[in-house]
Amino acid sequence: MTTRLADRRPPTLQFALTTFLVLWLVVAAFPFLWTLWGSFKVEGDFFSKADWTRALTGPLTRSETGGAFTFGGYHGAWLQEEFWRAALNTAIVVVCVVCISLTFGTLGGYALARSPYRYAFWLLLVALVFRAMPPVTLVSGYLLPFYQWNLWGHLPTAIIVLVAINQPFTLWMLTSFFRNIPKDLDESAMVDGCSRFQAFRHVIIPVMWPGVITTGLFSFLLAYNDFAVTAMLLSKENQTMIPKIASFLGTTQTKGNVMFAVSSVVSVTAPLFVLVMFFQRQIVSGLTAGAVKG
Amino acid sequence: MKHRTFLWFILPSATAMLLFIALPIVSVLIQSVYAPHPQVIREVENCNVFGCTTSTAVDQEATRALREAEPMGRFVGTGIYTDRNHLAARELGPLWSVSAGLGDFLGKLLNLPFYGALAFTLTYTAVVTPMAIILGFLIALGVNALPRAFRGPTIFVSLLPMIVTPLVGALILFWMVDARGVLGAAIQAMAGNPDLSIKASTPLMWAMIMVYGIWSTSPFAFVVYYAGLQTVPQDTLESAMIDGASRWERIRYVVIPHLVPLTTFMALIKIMDNFRVFEPIVSFNAGAHAQSLSYFIYSDLGGETRLLSSAAATSVLTIAGVILLLSPVLVRTWQSFGKGAA
Repeated sequence: MTTRLADRRPPTLQFALTTFLVLWLVVAAFPFLWTLWGSFKVEGDFFSKADWTRALTGPLTRSETGGAFTFGGYHGAWLQEEFWRAALNTAIVVVCVVCISLTFGTLGGYALARSPYRYAFWLLLVALVFRAMPPVTLVSGYLLPFYQWNLWGHLPTAIIVLVAINQPFTLWMLTSFFRNIPKDLDESAMVDGCSRFQAFRHVIIPVMWPGVITTGLFSFLLAYNDFAVTAMLLSKENQTMIPKIASFLGTTQTKGNVMFAVSSVVSVTAPLFVLVMFFQRQIVSGLTAGAVKG
Repeated sequence: MKHRTFLWFILPSATAMLLFIALPIVSVLIQSVYAPHPQVIREVENCNVFGCTTSTAVDQEATRALREAEPMGRFVGTGIYTDRNHLAARELGPLWSVSAGLGDFLGKLLNLPFYGALAFTLTYTAVVTPMAIILGFLIALGVNALPRAFRGPTIFVSLLPMIVTPLVGALILFWMVDARGVLGAAIQAMAGNPDLSIKASTPLMWAMIMVYGIWSTSPFAFVVYYAGLQTVPQDTLESAMIDGASRWERIRYVVIPHLVPLTTFMALIKIMDNFRVFEPIVSFNAGAHAQSLSYFIYSDLGGETRLLSSAAATSVLTIAGVILLLSPVLVRTWQSFGKGAA
């Protein structure tokens, strides 16, 4: 492919842009690589007062464990501190949140996209305000009723709360997606005698998957990354991964516990890497969906 | 779409939002005007051969009875909003009169917890939003200048700081700038002060949290601008070239007008997100140096004594702040809808 005429740049500009970009890539990637490497060392190497190069060479790791790499941090976090239980909880929460919010969101988003009335617009506006509110402000409203009704601490409570917090964003995204599906499609099905729901079921559902997958990715990220809701609403045995990591930090006095946190941080980041690797295109298109259309 | 069908379609979503967003807001509002009952204190008179002494004791039974009779607590109206931990209505006057000038007054004002949190939140939003947008724009220009084969991997790496869990991303940076971490050591060497610790200094802590904010939000700006640059009208650019427009003129009159609406959109989203800044303060364990509004609520809710009323009052003030920030957008959306319907 030949470069377009307008794309040609003077060499100095090209050089400056490329240098800047390389710098940014180092800034973006280095922290992850550093932490990944360091998670296989002992605390004395990863946090070395004497010499930072020890985190790379790891002399203490060698003398304490006999090998250049140690799985001590992972072993301690996953088995000794039962991080696997938190991982399991996260999996349950994330799967449920994504499924429920997509079901609710597709129905609602479709209705909002097809309704010509003013109240649909008002609903979207209210959803925008809800979307802007910090989740932790809502948490202070949940605590008292949840204590009284004995709902506090259970996974289903956190799931339904996360679904609700997710709804405004899901509605916005899916509404704008459904608006791009031509009205004629479902309306002609209705002329042929389908009810509105049948038209949705047989005509819209088969063509909606690209938008639903993109929205689902962002619902996944919201549920997976949440700290405010899961930290305040789940009891200790139902904790998900992110509050669990935060609780490692509270007890860093005992030696080695920091490395538990480091290794669990790496464990939490790994699935996200895989996610970006496979769904990069969808994430990019989802981020720009609202923007480029204006 | 008929009203009835619309209702059925929207019902699950609307119920979820009503129950878990709208009602909690009402619950927060109610909580914020009630304070917990104080313990009932009873005076007990102890008489013995040397005479009588009075002492005070907590009347457990009466306290429990009172708490059961009015589980919400006692009604205090705006009492919690005006107390020292929030708007500090009574403290402001005296504070002004003992201050040497406006600067001194502001300095003292920031020591009040609510105003401190508000100041940090607003500073964070005001610094991080434009910086992240500028950085994201530069990255987008750089990626746009790359050969196509390199673009995919570059975008992959650039997305990472944004995708990674905020608490985790902030922790990763925090460990690196720890006095015993690699960046911490580098900063100490550059400053020539081996005892320099970011944890101990308020300005450094603020700066660090903002650096994290820029690091984690610029990928979003990058992606939006990158997509925008792909849709710059090439015909307009080339006809501008034929008309003799210089590179700068082409950028000024074709590219930038194309990107302005994107910038507005992005600034809106980022202001909303930055206003909620919360996780990095937990990760950096920075509560002593920097509190945001969200963190202020979180620290009231956590701990042994759950200060629900105080947290509720801060929540109401925060929600008011969010609506205030959003009001220009809301008004504009409302107006543009009015035009569309007419």
